[in-house]
Amino acid sequence: MIDTVIVTLVQIAVLLVGLLAAVAYLVLLERKVQAWVQVRLGPMRVGYHGILQPVADILKLVIKEDITPARADKWIYTLSPIIVLVPALIVFAVIPFGTSVTLLGVTIPLYISDLNVGLLYITAVASLGVYGLILGGWSSNSKYPLLASLRASAQLISYEVAVTMTLVSMILMAGTLSMVGIVEAQRAFQLPFSGRTGLWFIFAQPVAFFIYFVGGLAETNRAPFDLPEAEQELVGGFHTEYSGMRFALFFLAEYANMIVISAVATTLFLGGWLRPFPNVAWLGFLDWVPGWAWFIVKTFAFLWVFLWVRATLPRYRYDQLMRLGWKFLIPLAIANVMVTAALVVLL
Amino acid sequence: MQIERSATQFDTDELVINMGPQHPSTHGVLRLVLRLDGERVVDADVVIGYLHRGIEKLSENRDWTQIVLLTDRMDYVAAATNNLGYCETVEKLLQLEVPRRARYIRTILSELQRLASHLVWLGTHAMDIGAVTVFLYCLRERELILDLFEEYCGARLTYNSMRVGGLPIDLPPGWDRKVREICDIVDAKVVEYEQLLTQNRIWLERTREVGVISGVEAVAMGFCGPPLRASGVARDVRKDEPYAAYAEFAFDIPIGARGDTYDRYLVRLEEIRQSTRIVRQALDGLPEGPVLGKVPRLIKPPAGETYHAIEAPKGELGFFIVSDGKSISPYRFRVRPPSFCNLQVLPRLVRGHLVADVVALIGTIDIVLGEVDR
Amino acid sequence: MDQPAAPKPPSAPSPPAEPAGAPPAPTAAPAPAPATAAAAPSTPVAADAAPTPRPAPARPPAARPEAKAGAARPEPKAPPPPPGPPDPPPPADVAAPSFITALQAAFPGVGTVTYWVGDWTVIVPADRLIEVGRWLRDTSETAFDYCADLTAVDWPMRAPERFDLVYCLYSVPHRFRLRLKVRLADQAEAPSVTGLWPAANWFEREVFDMFGIRFTGHPDLRRILMPEEWQGHPQRKDYPLEGPGELLLEDPQEWLKLRNAAREADFD
Repeated sequence: MIDTVIVTLVQIAVLLVGLLAAVAYLVLLERKVQAWVQVRLGPMRVGYHGILQPVADILKLVIKEDITPARADKWIYTLSPIIVLVPALIVFAVIPFGTSVTLLGVTIPLYISDLNVGLLYITAVASLGVYGLILGGWSSNSKYPLLASLRASAQLISYEVAVTMTLVSMILMAGTLSMVGIVEAQRAFQLPFSGRTGLWFIFAQPVAFFIYFVGGLAETNRAPFDLPEAEQELVGGFHTEYSGMRFALFFLAEYANMIVISAVATTLFLGGWLRPFPNVAWLGFLDWVPGWAWFIVKTFAFLWVFLWVRATLPRYRYDQLMRLGWKFLIPLAIANVMVTAALVVLL
Repeated sequence: MQIERSATQFDTDELVINMGPQHPSTHGVLRLVLRLDGERVVDADVVIGYLHRGIEKLSENRDWTQIVLLTDRMDYVAAATNNLGYCETVEKLLQLEVPRRARYIRTILSELQRLASHLVWLGTHAMDIGAVTVFLYCLRERELILDLFEEYCGARLTYNSMRVGGLPIDLPPGWDRKVREICDIVDAKVVEYEQLLTQNRIWLERTREVGVISGVEAVAMGFCGPPLRASGVARDVRKDEPYAAYAEFAFDIPIGARGDTYDRYLVRLEEIRQSTRIVRQALDGLPEGPVLGKVPRLIKPPAGETYHAIEAPKGELGFFIVSDGKSISPYRFRVRPPSFCNLQVLPRLVRGHLVADVVALIGTIDIVLGEVDR
Repeated sequence: MDQPAAPKPPSAPSPPAEPAGAPPAPTAAPAPAPATAAAAPSTPVAADAAPTPRPAPARPPAARPEAKAGAARPEPKAPPPPPGPPDPPPPADVAAPSFITALQAAFPGVGTVTYWVGDWTVIVPADRLIEVGRWLRDTSETAFDYCADLTAVDWPMRAPERFDLVYCLYSVPHRFRLRLKVRLADQAEAPSVTGLWPAANWFEREVFDMFGIRFTGHPDLRRILMPEEWQGHPQRKDYPLEGPGELLLEDPQEWLKLRNAAREADFD
């Protein structure tokens, strides 16, 4: 009993450290990828090719002066970044990085908890982040952040509907809400017209993947849906008035959300810790790569596409964004659920 | 915000928002005071004058050759065009003949400036709408053109590259070969920009039907340059009143159909292609000869006044110069800047659109505050 | 030169204002170079002492002492200020274009036609301006639908009609260019042509800002380039190049406070 507690604590510690480091280095990766697309180099000076840039950034944000606007609501002003960041981190409690690993004779599962309602937990917790956004903009007591936070909250709520519909289709496919169960379902998936087993759900549900991807871009306020923080229009969006550590928390929360979306997409669509082509026997030699390595590679690929899209596409206007969410994605998601349900029953 | 003000907060009064003069996308020190009803713009008031340096009054105290330096600083993105307009106006007053070689080289410089200016426009416009990468790509090509200018006249931004009567210096050896290479590069890159933007659904949604203005209204309101041509009016000073060596080259004027932001974008892209076409023709036919005509040692045009216009990248750049025949400075030096005239149409364009479109519309008019304020 | 010597700073040996553009010595009087016969009789503020602005005159040609090696030259006479634009009539061998003949037929005896280096100008009286402008815009043979420029020129020696309002018109269908000139006295108001050509809106604002000419019927006549509470009209010939001088530079902090108090933006 004590060792499960200790094991869990070790898991949490490793996860938090790894996650925060990953978030920090994701910022650097974004700057580098954007730079390479834009025919330049990105940060190069701090450390070898800029590898210590996140350290410099965090240090800078921590030592900055902490400014609170005179008429801001002090408590909520301080709480908002926390309300945004914490849900993004605790979602990782149910995300499975692999099956388990044995260290020093102790079997450590590569997930903190295998909740049997894991997917529901994720949806619920992730929606809490929206509160922080709204409260942050409102508590700044300033025109621009208010406008931006209203826009951002409307955007997030709209796209959450579409994304949740997609998750419903995945639940229908897998038959379970548990994240580990969904990966297992992908391994055990019976291909309809041949005897083989094992298929990433992206091939079975391409429409759902597309909706999830677009919705994921919108949920994290990434281009082309980054109007709430478009500097060109509203200066800084909902975090205009924030500086120093509070701003750092907002910043980290955005990138942590990106990693959440990617990790969930990897688990649901890209087979979690399964190797590519789990149904093809002669590729079994790929099994020497551990599952968690596959997981990280797939998450990374997803994140890369996020960064790539930001460097390439222009930005949607607000009304076009809402129209896309409500008039295109939601009907498509509903149709997908119905078709999935029919096929699951028939096949 | 205290709770007791909540009654006024949910009022449907208009919100007044101030954009600028320091703002990431007003392209200089421009101030817009917008009255919004929710997200829709009810009215816009454009406040300029933050970059007013009194070039017109200064010119009354400088002699005719020194004013070329001042004209550089107006449209600083396309400085050689301002030089050309001014020098041609004074040459008109003096009834001076410019050697043929000088006219050809002036045309080449002018068209290279059009390329440079449109590249900056495309980069900043795309960046305002969100496609950040295009900005870096366009500036990469603009660097090549600036290197050309640096090799010719020693400066990258304010050239002082022309004199009344021609040019101060001849082309350096090998310059024309470099220009040809750069024309090829720009033509290839324009294809890339088109691939990124022209058929991009998001770009189309952001620029189609945004800021529509009809040809008749555009002429009445004073539009000039690519925005006027995008509204369907076939007006280009290079074709209507040819100057420099434009009469000797074959080129087309792109005309738009609908007069919205997308058409203005297409017109300017096509102008880039036509500019490279003109530069190649000019290089092919470049005659030998002097580059400076017979200019009196002290320039003193006889008493009189004239108005002369050229087609700057932003529109019709006109100079109204009055000489009193005795002084070594002009009596009155007036610039008619295209950006000034185009900017006054902005409130009309912006009415009824969303806040996000305001930025797109400022970009599509293509203003340079140095020119607007002088 | 029968000037009062007082306003004239020491000139030829060490001219305070080089043509190379160095600003005049701050201790000298605000205006550069020798004052001309300028204490213009028409302007009431003329031959006063230092604080009032003085005419910014034309520069004498060879003011540099190093121009002629060593030879002591008599101080050059500044050219007298010009009395007004020459406005020459068209020479006999130049045929008047169709829009000129049509205009003369439609408004016989109204305007004076002048011609210089290929440009045609018609000088009309201020009260006929709108009528002539409307005719030029609406008649299909002339169709001057584009107001390319609207500016003013200050001829203080030509009192009382001090200003020349210049309207540069262009016809897009026919590619004609025409200038209309109106002579205006100092406090007179000109009719606004924004009803005919909306493009003239900002042009007229700039003329008002720079010259002080008011336009009746303009929808929004206020300063455009200078700050709104600025006094004086910079482009007038009696406005010094360096600005109003010690009046404003007395205490820049005061001026800033005054300006910011008027412009408190509502940023709640």
